Amino acid sequence: MTDTKKRPEGMSPQTIDVREPAANGAAAAFRYLTGQFRQIGLFLALIVIVAFFQITTGGITLQPDNVSNIIIQNSYILILAVGMVMVIIAGHIDLSVGSVVAFVGAVSGVLMTRVGLPFWLAIILCLVLGAIIGAWQGFWVAYFGIPAFIVTLAGMLIFRGAAFIALGNQQISPFPDPFRAIGSGFLPTLGDSGYEPITVIIGLLAIVSIVATGLRGRLTRKKYALEDEPIWWFSLKLVAMIGLVLLVTLLLASYNGTPVVLIILGVLVVVYTAVMGRTVFGRHIYAIGGNLAAATLSGVKTKRVTFLIFVNMGVLAALAGMVFTAGLNLASPSAGNGFELDAISAVFIGGAAVTGGIGTIPGAIIGGLIIGVLNNGMSILGIGIEYQQLVKGLVLLAAVAFDFYNKRRGGSR
Amino acid sequence: MTTILEMRDITKTFPGVKALQNVTIKVERGTVHAICGENGAGKSTLMKVLSGVYPHGTFDGQILFEDQPVEFRTINDSEAAGVVIIHQELALSPFLSIAENIYLGNEQAKRGFIDWNKTNLEASKLLARVGLKDNPITKVIDIGVGKQQLVEIAKALSKRVKLLILDEPTAALNDDDSAHLLDLIKHLREQGITCIIISHKLNEIEEIADAVTIIRDGRTIETLDMHAGEVNEDRIIRGMVGRDLESRYPDHTSHVGEELLRIEDWTVHHPIDRSRKVVDGANVMVRAGEIVGIAGLMGAGRTELAMSVFGHSYGTGISGKLYKRGKEITVKNVPQAVAAGIAYATEDRKRYGLNLIDDIKRNVSGSALGKLANFAGFVNAPEETQVANGYRKSMNIKAPTVAAITGKLSGGNQQKVVLSQWLFSDPEVLILDEPTRGIDVGAKYEIYTIINQLADQGKGVIVISSELPELLGICDRIYTLSEGHITADVPREEATAEHLMQFMTKFREAAEA
Repeated sequence: MTDTKKRPEGMSPQTIDVREPAANGAAAAFRYLTGQFRQIGLFLALIVIVAFFQITTGGITLQPDNVSNIIIQNSYILILAVGMVMVIIAGHIDLSVGSVVAFVGAVSGVLMTRVGLPFWLAIILCLVLGAIIGAWQGFWVAYFGIPAFIVTLAGMLIFRGAAFIALGNQQISPFPDPFRAIGSGFLPTLGDSGYEPITVIIGLLAIVSIVATGLRGRLTRKKYALEDEPIWWFSLKLVAMIGLVLLVTLLLASYNGTPVVLIILGVLVVVYTAVMGRTVFGRHIYAIGGNLAAATLSGVKTKRVTFLIFVNMGVLAALAGMVFTAGLNLASPSAGNGFELDAISAVFIGGAAVTGGIGTIPGAIIGGLIIGVLNNGMSILGIGIEYQQLVKGLVLLAAVAFDFYNKRRGGSR
Repeated sequence: MTTILEMRDITKTFPGVKALQNVTIKVERGTVHAICGENGAGKSTLMKVLSGVYPHGTFDGQILFEDQPVEFRTINDSEAAGVVIIHQELALSPFLSIAENIYLGNEQAKRGFIDWNKTNLEASKLLARVGLKDNPITKVIDIGVGKQQLVEIAKALSKRVKLLILDEPTAALNDDDSAHLLDLIKHLREQGITCIIISHKLNEIEEIADAVTIIRDGRTIETLDMHAGEVNEDRIIRGMVGRDLESRYPDHTSHVGEELLRIEDWTVHHPIDRSRKVVDGANVMVRAGEIVGIAGLMGAGRTELAMSVFGHSYGTGISGKLYKRGKEITVKNVPQAVAAGIAYATEDRKRYGLNLIDDIKRNVSGSALGKLANFAGFVNAPEETQVANGYRKSMNIKAPTVAAITGKLSGGNQQKVVLSQWLFSDPEVLILDEPTRGIDVGAKYEIYTIINQLADQGKGVIVISSELPELLGICDRIYTLSEGHITADVPREEATAEHLMQFMTKFREAAEA
């Protein structure tokens, strides 16, 4: 399950490029690669950034404990980014998610420590609360027609205030252990020495499913007599992905094992990539963002889709809120400050279009990881928070500028 | 009488099209001069040349204004000389006051500070000249379209206009407002202001114009003196449509079957100006295998009729009944319309038809994606590609693969994608709004062939078009629409362009007949 985000067909729904087969060897291969550049460029950028910090930090970046940390410390931003990319593809925005994180965290604390509910019931209630929050905002956006920027700006204030009220201006700590596990826990382990077997098994299962999905896709396309990407490119991507999953697996296995939150993230990425790429609902989201009027005239129930996108964002923000609270073992009214901006940055670095209609779940995840690795690496290097902000801002601008440059050149596929 | 404006041998070329060819027009001072022609004849282009929207140097020919050669490079140049154009789409800022709009870009200021007293005082004087009694500090959004038109004229007067150009000034107005506007134009003529008026409403032209210049296919056909006698609407119509019908249409014999869709007593109100009827008591019927045309000039309510039928996609206060195969149906939104087997292919494919940033296959499957999905809502992507490939071949869409982005296709190919999308939804009745707008002759022929095939499959096809020859070339029956009223239902054998144009321009007489 580890690295399902790099599945071959997952990168981008609009990049299934089926051009004429390679005419003559290297030149054709090169031309094919440049056509794929947008697809792999982001991924290469992440690898370059990781390599850069690996060198400058003297190997600390890819230490087993640090890899584990990067995953755990960025998990809530990645969860938010999954919901945010759907909102942004539909042509909206959600500024309230940071406040929702704080509010839901606060409510989870109140439910578990003050009311005394069991952790599993509190989790369910908090997810329901997230759905209600999303429905509230989705109602105003979808059925009332107020721009999402305004509705969620109001939500940002409303739910921040609600977080303070719920906590009575105080912090809540500690939380029960099973709840803390979703934030900072690891799967149970078998033995302490060498490579931890359960993690290795999960990694191998992930590799098997990646290969199986890839091959099945090729077989189906063959059955329908459709053109496909060249076999060398398919194999190359597959090998790269297997290598990557193997690397992460072994690093995690030599430390504490698999973080619980990585399993949550993996499931989210697989499910939502499928939803966005392959279901009618997901395709309607792209259609709305691409041309709202045309989608309406094609019979897409645009209001209902918009409403559901916000409900979904609310649920994911609630999940992120609980993961964050559990990881910190603390519910604080000021939690989640600025998370909305990190999530939005991740989405845009991940190649989503400001005008809507373009964007992918894996892109947003990689965008989030780029921000996460930058944060982590610069912290290890002891770079001050002021420079970290500056660098992140420049990276966001550079990523979007690169997309615009690509588009203007006309090579936007 | 002296000549105020002379345009000599104006030729304007767009990439691939000659919009104007050696157009010559002479306007006498202190007259109302009308310009007539079908949609796309080149009237608006000519006025843009005159007003500097197309700067001097981007066209050939000469413009003499008050006997002096002029070279307008911007609208400001032409306005400084006293030529003001009022476009069909009014260019007022809705949230500013009447006075602010009149002096927008020409503010009454001293040392950079606006003199509000002077602004409002001068504005009220101008309003009095156009017969508007409203307070100049009223916001433009709070007055009706008719009054807005008058504000535009007041704005023109503030610029000391000598030659006022009005593009379809009454298209959006009701009868009272139109009558008032025409009176005002006569009044301005008495004050020595020359007017050029572009209008489809020939009765109005007959009423106020001193001369009419007819433009067809980018050429001047003739200039008629309205006072010379024997010039009437029929005479103008003959000039407008008198072109030869070439064999630009595939041969086709329709096999007409039972009634498919009947629209009865259909009335639609304007979405903002709710008191205005855009479609009024229309009755339209189409049978299986029949190609029915709807002819109407711009603003007649063609698109509004079609879109309101297609799941109330346009308008408010919609009343009337829809019958499918004789049974009444309720179609209040687009999904219901699609389910009822109705398809509507828009006249504006870029704005309302296609997702231009997505590829051919996803656009083709757009309105019937459910057909490609399993019970859990998962789309069968390979099958989708196959379906799209099928249409690419049968419709002859010129693109390397169905993964091509639709925004990069030519107009004709985009239109074929739109048609494919609706064919895939497998409708029984197709409403095609301007299906050949902006596409070349070859692609037009292909579209006509597709329309014929659809009729042969037993579908009912309704074609809306501004081009009369096109309707005469492909339709079995043609309805004419004028100011929201169906004014005639003419079988192909009896239809001539002159005949149709009469019903398209003068609905009152026809309604009484």
